[in-house]
Amino acid sequence: MDRRRFVLDSLALPCLAARAAAPDARFTVEARFYEKLPYKKIKCKLCPRECVIDDRERGYCGVRENRGGTYYSLVYSRVCAAHVDPIEKKPLFHFLPGTQAFSVATAGCNVNCKFCQNWDISQVRPEQVESEYIPPRNLAALARRYNCPSIAYTYSEPVVFSEYVLDSAEAGRAAGVKSVVISGGYIQEEPLKQLCRRVDAVKIDLKAFSEKYYKEVVNGELKPVLDALVTLRKQGVWHEVVYLVVPTLNDSDAEFRGLARWVKTELGPDVPLHFSRFYPQYLLKNLPPTPIATLDRAKSICDAEGLHYVYIGNVPGHPAESTWCPKCRRAVVERAGFTVRAIHLDGGKCHFCHQPIPGIWERTSRL
Amino acid sequence: MGMGTQAGITRRNLLCAGLGGAVALRAAAPEKSRVVIASDPALRATFASPESARVLKLLDRAVQSFYAADSPLAAWKKIARPNEVVGLKVNCLSGRGAATSTVLVEAIGERLQQAGIPARNIVVWDRLNSDLESAGFQPASRKDRIRCLGNDSAGYGMDLAVFGSAGSLLSNTLTKTCDAVINLPVLKDHGIAGVTLALKNVFGAIHNPNKYHVNAGNPYIADVNMFPAIRQKIRLTICDAISAQYEGGPSYMPQWSWSFNGLLVARDPVALDYTGWQILERKRAEKGFKSLRDLHREPLYIATAADSAHRLGTNDPQRIDLVKV
Repeated sequence: MDRRRFVLDSLALPCLAARAAAPDARFTVEARFYEKLPYKKIKCKLCPRECVIDDRERGYCGVRENRGGTYYSLVYSRVCAAHVDPIEKKPLFHFLPGTQAFSVATAGCNVNCKFCQNWDISQVRPEQVESEYIPPRNLAALARRYNCPSIAYTYSEPVVFSEYVLDSAEAGRAAGVKSVVISGGYIQEEPLKQLCRRVDAVKIDLKAFSEKYYKEVVNGELKPVLDALVTLRKQGVWHEVVYLVVPTLNDSDAEFRGLARWVKTELGPDVPLHFSRFYPQYLLKNLPPTPIATLDRAKSICDAEGLHYVYIGNVPGHPAESTWCPKCRRAVVERAGFTVRAIHLDGGKCHFCHQPIPGIWERTSRL
Repeated sequence: MGMGTQAGITRRNLLCAGLGGAVALRAAAPEKSRVVIASDPALRATFASPESARVLKLLDRAVQSFYAADSPLAAWKKIARPNEVVGLKVNCLSGRGAATSTVLVEAIGERLQQAGIPARNIVVWDRLNSDLESAGFQPASRKDRIRCLGNDSAGYGMDLAVFGSAGSLLSNTLTKTCDAVINLPVLKDHGIAGVTLALKNVFGAIHNPNKYHVNAGNPYIADVNMFPAIRQKIRLTICDAISAQYEGGPSYMPQWSWSFNGLLVARDPVALDYTGWQILERKRAEKGFKSLRDLHREPLYIATAADSAHRLGTNDPQRIDLVKV
């Protein structure tokens, strides 16, 4: 059984999740971000790609379709993956550590990373993967049932199912459940601002710090992602950044240093930056896993540039999985893999020296 | 089997030339690639459906000429063996008007059956059942009839085909059902890729065509055509140019369509695409439209398909044996 299918297959909740075997009008809602053009064409205004789409055609993401000059999302409530994950797996390290996130995805993505570990759902059309019908209100109810204080929109690319995210986040808030978005950040400003008004945290996968890499490996662009990060800061939404280090492609000292300086200047030194280990996947199987020494080098450079929270991921047991107080240098959140072993925070401050540690920590006192 | 007289066929590659298009093409690379343009100016004077008998005659003339065969039937027998399942890869997304003509497909089905292929072993296919139906192809309920099958029914395989920048799952109809495929694109403009002809039509065989329209489809269209199942199974392309469209594609735009009243036939998809592209450019110029290059949608993928990394055919007019009948 596929790991992401586990919850879907074990739900056995016919009132909440009815299996969809065929295209279904329940999954189709008019898209919120597009412009009508002559001859029944439309221009998508959701992501910077701005696909111009003929009647009966879909955009790059494959989940939004022009039908007679009206643009539709085909993935509203169409959940193809659901799982209860530790929030650390997202990773979000400064957001309710030690809690579970009810994690969902629909098919589709607006980039095509050659290293994608979830390409079997991100690079397919919605009708090419089995899905469940989970409308927003039911999603919030499922999160509560599984004792998850948050819903994570993850695995594929939440930008392409943003209508569902927006409504689910609103339903979640009404039910006391937070929402977090795990995204590549390739989104236009207006839809991002709408997301910011409804979600509680965003993790951005910054794939590299060069346009060349974005063009050749991601099939996207760097600048709109950087712009999105700045928008997140301005909107005041908690955000963390992950950088997957791919050997020989985005692992130079200059790139790490440029990244660190940009983060410090544009986002501030307190934004968590995670360097994650690459494993050969999908279309990029010719490269080895990232050497741990490379990740250590990346962290050292960013530490030296003055970033306060630089983590190393996909290396279970590495000391840089834990959160260290930048003032007294003691561990305030001790982690091993996705497990939180201890939390030494009092009201968002270091237990030892009272240094404020930025993040969203509300539930930490219950652990 | 009567021996064809097409330029470039040798004793060594005779079998490949008769039954395995792409393989033969590589073996005969220094030779010219034949492209036949068959036309019947009286075929379709208006937007009415063409007469079946005239389409059949046009088809016979085109295929017989391409294979330089003694008879139409002799030509059809070179395409597939009686025990093979033959797929007809139509182009249906745009619905009636800009889709492969049902009359043409019926004519091909008739000739294949006369060549010994049972109707049940002929499969008309494209991406979606709904696309097929919108173009006039109805799924047959009887097993002794020609089948119409969308990839949404047949599904896709689990193995990722990879070449260059492209990675895709392939339609089960292509990989499991069919032994041979006749590619049946339409001569038309494409708003992103420039033109959509033989090379572009194979996007209907992959699960993720939406990913490969970036940069006007270059190099993705060429890369997808390198997938072994595609290269090995497509034995012939018959481009439906009865009605053609020089602007506004791939959607059907009657104001930019015209009756070309012809068919383009080739085994070399690059040569066919180059030839079809030039026809569309000439029509655009005649109608006062800018060239595709001026509009930044020149189909550069055709040249890529011909380059040393792909060698799918030739886009050099000096190496194209253009035959008009």
